[in-house]
Parts: sequence; structure tokens; C-alpha cells
Amino acid sequence: MDFDLTDEQRLLADSVGRLMADTYSFEKRRALIREAEGYSAELWARYAELGLLGLPFAEEHGGFGGGAVEIMLVMEAFGRALALEPYLATVVLGGTALRLAGSPAQLEAMVPRIAEGQLKLAFAHGERQARYDLSDIETKATRSGAGYVLDGAKTVVLHGDSADMLVVSARTSGGRDDADGLSLFLVDGRANGVARRGYALRDGTRAAEVVLSGVEVGADALLGAEGAAFPVIARVVEAGIAAMCAESVGAMDAMHAMTLDYLKTRQQFGRPIGENQVLQHRSAEMLIQLENARGMAMLAAMMVDEPDAAERARNIAMAKVGVGQAGRFVSQQAIQLHGGIGMTEEYAIGHFFRRVMVIEHSFGDTAHHLNRLAALAA
Amino acid sequence: MDLRFTPEETAFREEVRAFIRNNLPKETRERLRMGHPPTKAETVQWQRALNARGWAAISWPKEWGGPGWSPVQRMIFLEENLAAPAPELLGFNITMIGPVLIQFGTEEQKKRFLPRAANLDDWWCQGFSEPGAGSDLASLKTAARREGDHYIVNGQKIWTSTAHNADWCFLLVRTNPAAAKRQEGISFLLVDMKTPGITVRPIISIDGSHHLNEVFFDDVKVPVEMRVHEENRGWDVAKFLLGNERVGIARLGKSRERIDFAKSLARETRSGGRPLSEDPAFRQRVAQLEVDLKGLEMMQLRVVSAYDKRRDGKPDPLSSAIKVRGSELLQATSELVMDVGGPQSMTAWAREADTASNEPALGPEWAAQAAGAYLMLRAASIYGGSNEIQKNILSKAVLRL
Ligand SMILES: Cc1cc2nc3c(=O)[nH]c(=O)nc-3n(C[C@H](O)[C@H](O)[C@H](O)COP(=O)(O)OP(=O)(O)OC[C@H]3O[C@@H](n4cnc5c(N)ncnc54)[C@H](O)[C@@H]3O)c2cc1C
Repeated sequence: MDFDLTDEQRLLADSVGRLMADTYSFEKRRALIREAEGYSAELWARYAELGLLGLPFAEEHGGFGGGAVEIMLVMEAFGRALALEPYLATVVLGGTALRLAGSPAQLEAMVPRIAEGQLKLAFAHGERQARYDLSDIETKATRSGAGYVLDGAKTVVLHGDSADMLVVSARTSGGRDDADGLSLFLVDGRANGVARRGYALRDGTRAAEVVLSGVEVGADALLGAEGAAFPVIARVVEAGIAAMCAESVGAMDAMHAMTLDYLKTRQQFGRPIGENQVLQHRSAEMLIQLENARGMAMLAAMMVDEPDAAERARNIAMAKVGVGQAGRFVSQQAIQLHGGIGMTEEYAIGHFFRRVMVIEHSFGDTAHHLNRLAALAA
Repeated sequence: MDLRFTPEETAFREEVRAFIRNNLPKETRERLRMGHPPTKAETVQWQRALNARGWAAISWPKEWGGPGWSPVQRMIFLEENLAAPAPELLGFNITMIGPVLIQFGTEEQKKRFLPRAANLDDWWCQGFSEPGAGSDLASLKTAARREGDHYIVNGQKIWTSTAHNADWCFLLVRTNPAAAKRQEGISFLLVDMKTPGITVRPIISIDGSHHLNEVFFDDVKVPVEMRVHEENRGWDVAKFLLGNERVGIARLGKSRERIDFAKSLARETRSGGRPLSEDPAFRQRVAQLEVDLKGLEMMQLRVVSAYDKRRDGKPDPLSSAIKVRGSELLQATSELVMDVGGPQSMTAWAREADTASNEPALGPEWAAQAAGAYLMLRAASIYGGSNEIQKNILSKAVLRL
């Protein structure tokens, strides 16, 4: 057992941390949110230069051969800065689907363009009726000539508005809730029949409702084997959870540091509020939760490439629960200990709070994963 | 002791329900059910409708337009009003300034302000907190210096809820900076918001709404007859007011309404292959909230009925317990509704935006509102004396620690 980072990993964490500290001021971020794309194209290019966009792909395909630990380090730095770019959507979600299911031709065509920042992906899987159930998919793909025709509606597709290419899940056979019979397709975001409506989530990051009406794709759009996509989808979601756990830890870390600072500087009753023991203990509890979450995020990262599917699923669900609960406590207390100022849009705490909130409600909330774990515990 | 409602009380509940059913505009009820806060117009309309029935000044004596209800009747009314859901009576008017004027005001002040406050002809706001004076309210600095028959007010207030809607403000100011104890140099003034020298600046809160403000006072002239109670005795008034405010924050009818709303949504929401309402974990969570709600209801009934018997004007120290439990429950029930919505609750789509017919439809309106309510209610454990301060009060006043 070894929790130490390699020199390269430490270097990566440092350089991403520095880039974020230099470029991501609170005011700059708020200005970016107000723009249509909702993120910085300039920074996206910097990520490409730093090698972040090709990070998890094999070197033979034009990537940098990084793993889940590298992704964890990047995501934690993004969480601390509240980065808005479609990194999770493109590199983690889309990227995992591509890595696990892509044909050599698809990898060869797409990975270099992703790594250069020329191709952004989104994972168009969730549907409104499904809530958090991964196999509740009603979007249909019907064979037509050599290709397929896609019909259906996807909801809260992260960065679905700006993605060049959508990774769409659709049913090629089977009924509602069947894990068998799902397939993944690469669909051009501008293809005929694709209607997208972008909007901001509560934390300012972008998402879209996507409707597919008679979208025609060729046989080469199929990602992986027809009808056998469920294990891939599950692993994409697991990779997403692990990345988001790290991001949430970064955000919690920032909130805890800001709160600690505030306890030392805010004066009431003639002394810093941090001299009240009740607030000292609260801050200590925040630290306990944060450290618990940090360990859980590491666990999730370590489990992303675990070959035993049941073991992987169980541990990642545990991490999602632990990080979700810690996130709720740490962010709620961060506002509480700031008093009125914590409730304002002008102050950063509320922005971290909302990112952690959105993460908790992505890819299954605490109750969802606890239920999955409870089913295994009996 | 008999904890059952009497037939008269049950009949009263029916009467309240029927009145609300027959008079509350459908659009208002529907907007509130979807989780929107009431607009100013909705609040004014509804309070006037209640006042016309004699039901607005619910805790005031009959001679000032109160309905002469028992504490139990008041609770029934508040609960039914929130459960409808209907806009709440404006707390600044009904629970704050009204009782203050009745207890401390001059005949003139009562005549001039009480009927207008009941009918919401004047919208009041509360100018207490300052940047440096939050929990430590007595350290406030906004100064009022006497010049002839006026006070000249200079300073800044912050977190002034709905000041942008307000016609009048009740304001705590420092009239004697040299007082031996800080509490002894404070006075309580009534200020017309149209007076020259007042600037209101919006503060946007984390749910994206405009509820809070900063209010600046620059040589604002306030006639001396607008002072309530004696000069430098404003702290007595403030303490009286804050005691009343505390109980009002519990709003348990709101928590009940949100639980019922979440239950109805859960029946329509599929999760894990069955309605969410059939998920044992969800049901336990709801059951726990209902237990907490019942406990709070009992605590509130005990405190409210004892308060009417005490008649010494001092709030029950247990009102701090109600404030803590009530605010926690409001927060927990708003979390429940948000969690039912799942990913849909995380959206911040603007419902007002025109939906072109060829654009994908957006998700349910209630879900888009749910996180907003959750975010705004984080403040319930901060305002009205933070929950930490309430526990300090309990430690000192009840436990004598
Ligand atoms: C949504 C909202 C609406 C409001 N509306 C109004 C209004 O209309 N009018 C008005 O006058 N004010 C209003 N307020 C202000 C409110 O009363 C104050 O925010 C509150 O008194 C806390 O003060 P503060 O924000 O300065 O926090 P601080 O007093 O700085 O407190 C910061 C943290 O320290 C804790 N703390 C402070 N002292 C102690 C102690 N001795 N022991 C333990 N913990 C302590 C607090 O509990 C809190 O967690 C509103 C506030 C909000 C958020």
C-alpha cells in the first residue's frame, strides 16, 4: 500500500494548480458564466498545451498514458478553482467511452483531435424518466440500410450544448430497464434531427436537453458492439463519479480554508468568532469530513481500473456516498459559519456550495448509492 | 390536559380552510406550490383579503383589529394558510412592528400605523443588522444625533430584507455613544423610506434572487415623534421584537406543506423500477421528518399557550428551541423536495425564456425551483438570531451555564 505520488504526478498537480491560481479569479469566472459558451476557450487551449486533454489516452493513439490518479489530481485542482471547462464531459465521460469501446479507427480519428482541443464530447445518456437508473433508456436506434436511425430525448447532458460530438446511448433491442440491448453511438452535434437546448445548471456549468428525431447515422457511428453497451456505460459513470469525487474534495478544501480564515478575522462581541469553542469544534468536524472524503476520492480513483466489476461498483458507490455526505456537511457549515455574507452571490462560498450540490446530484445521489449498497449488504 | 382539538377548534379549521379555498387566487396557490416565493403583489393582495375578513392582525388585541383568537386558533390559522399554500402575512408588519407599537407606541403612532400595517398599505422592513453588527447587534454604529425636533441619521444597514419593496423601516440607531453599557445608548426609530438621504442597494443571494439589500443613511432627517419608547431604551424594544420574530421563523405549516408536496411527487417519480414513494429509505426519511414536525408542533403549542398566560411581555426562552428546530426542519424539507427532483433539480433554466416550438422542452417547473428554495433556506439558521446564538441563549437563560 502506497499513498505517495510519483514525481511526475506531483509535477502535474503543481502545474495545474498554478495554472488555475494564475488564471481563474472569482471575477473572471463570473464573467465567463455570463457568456454563451459558459467557459473559457482560451483555457481549453492551455489545457491542450499542458497535455491535460490527452491525459488518459494511450500514447499509441496520441494520448499521454495517464490513469485515474492523474485524473484525480487534475479534477481536485479544478474543484478548488471551480473550473467551468468541459473536461469531465470530454475527457472523462466521452473519453472513457471511447477508450473502452472505440475501434482502432475511431480512436485514431478522434484521440489526437481531442488531445489538441479540437474535439469536444458529451455523454448523452440520462433521460428524464430514468432519474438515476442507468438502464432505463427509451431512446431507440432502429436499423436502416447499413446504418441506424435514432429517436429519443436526453436530459441534463453535461456540456451538451457546446459538444462537437455526442456519445448517445440508445436501445437496439429489449425493453425498459433491460441492461441488455443498449448501444452507444457517436453522433455529430450538428447532425440533421439533433435539437439541443443549452442552459446553465445551478452552479453555472452548462448542460443541455437533447432531442433526437430521425437522426441517421452510419454503421461506423456504432461505438462498441451492438446491444452490449451497458458495461461500458456503467464504467463511464464510474469514471465520472471518481472524477467528480476528486473535484468535490477540491471544492470542499477551498471552502474549509476560506471558513477557517473567516473564523480568524471576523470579529463579533469584541473578538474573532473563531474563539468560540462551538465554532472551533464545527470547523474540526468539517476537517474530519473533508479528510474522510479525501480518502474516499482516492479509493474511487484506485477502483476505476479494478477488473472485478462487482468490487469496483461497490467501492465507487461507497465513495460517492462518503463524498456526498461530507460535501453536504462541509458546504452547509461553510455558509453557516460565514453568516449573512455566505448567502451572497458576491462571495465565493455560495459558488463552491452549488458545485458540490450539483456533484451530489450527478450520477446517483447519496440515497441512490446507499440503496445499491444496502441491496448488497443483506 | 387534553391534547385533542375541541369540536370548536376543528370547526374553526374548517372555516379557515373554506375561506382560503374560496378566496385565494388559483394562480397564486399554483405558483407557490411550484416553489416560487410569493410576489409583492400576491402578498399584498392576500393580506388585504385576510384583513377584510378581520384575519390579518392575528396576534393583536381586538381594539386594534385583531380577531381575538386563542393561541391554538392562531396556530391553526397559520398552519392552514401555509399549507394551502398561501402567501404569508408580512412578518415585519404583523409579528414585528405591530406588537411593538401596541406594547411601546404612543396613541398617535398606533392610530397612524397599525391599521395601515394590518392592511399592508405600508410595507415595513427591519433595519437592525450592520456590516459590523450581526450576532453582536448591540455593537451597531448607525448614529442618530438630535437637532431640534429631529434626529439626523447617518450610517449603514445590511441584509435588509425587502427594503426595495418597503414604505417604512423600523431602525435601531445609536443615540448615546457615551453610554456605560452599549445596550443603553440605542433608540428605536420609524423611518419613511422616501426620506431624502436613503439609498437602497440590492444584494443578490445565492439562489439568484433579489431579497436582501444594503441601506445607506446620509443625513436622514427623522422627526422625534417617530421614536418608539424612550430615547436610549430602544434595546428593550428590540429584545421584545426579536422574541416574537423567533417563534415566527418556525413556519411549521410550510414544512408540512413541503412534505406533502414531496410525497405527491414521489408517487409520480420512478426510481429503481418502482415509484419513489415505495422506496423504504425514502419512506423512512419522510417518516422521520413527520415525527420531527409533530414534536415541533407540540413544543410550539406549549410555548404559545404558556406565553398568553404569562402576560409579562417576555418571550419564553423555549422560543429559542422552536427557532432552532423549526429552521432545521424547513431546511430538511426543502432538501427533501430537491432530492426527489434529482438531476432535474440542478437546472437553472429560466422559465420565462420563450420556448420556441422546435426547441426541446424543459423539465418540470417545480424541480427548477427546488434548489432555489433549498439554497435560500440555508439562511433560516442564520437570520432571526443564528442557531448558535439561540443555543447560547438557552445555555444562559435556561441552563444558567
Ligand atoms: C436571508 C437573510 C435575511 C435577513 N434579513 C434581515 C433583515 O430584514 N433585517 C436585519 O436587520 N437583518 C437581517 N438579516 C441579518 C441577520 O440577522 C444576520 O445575518 C445574523 O444576525 C447574523 O449576523 P452576521 O451575518 O453578521 O453573522 P456573524 O454574526 O458574523 O456570525 C457568523 C457566524 O458566527 C457565529 N457566531 C457569532 N457569534 C457567536 C458566538 N458568540 N457564539 C457562537 N457562534 C457565534 C454565527 O452563529 C455564525 O455562524 C438577514 C440575514 C439573512 C441571511
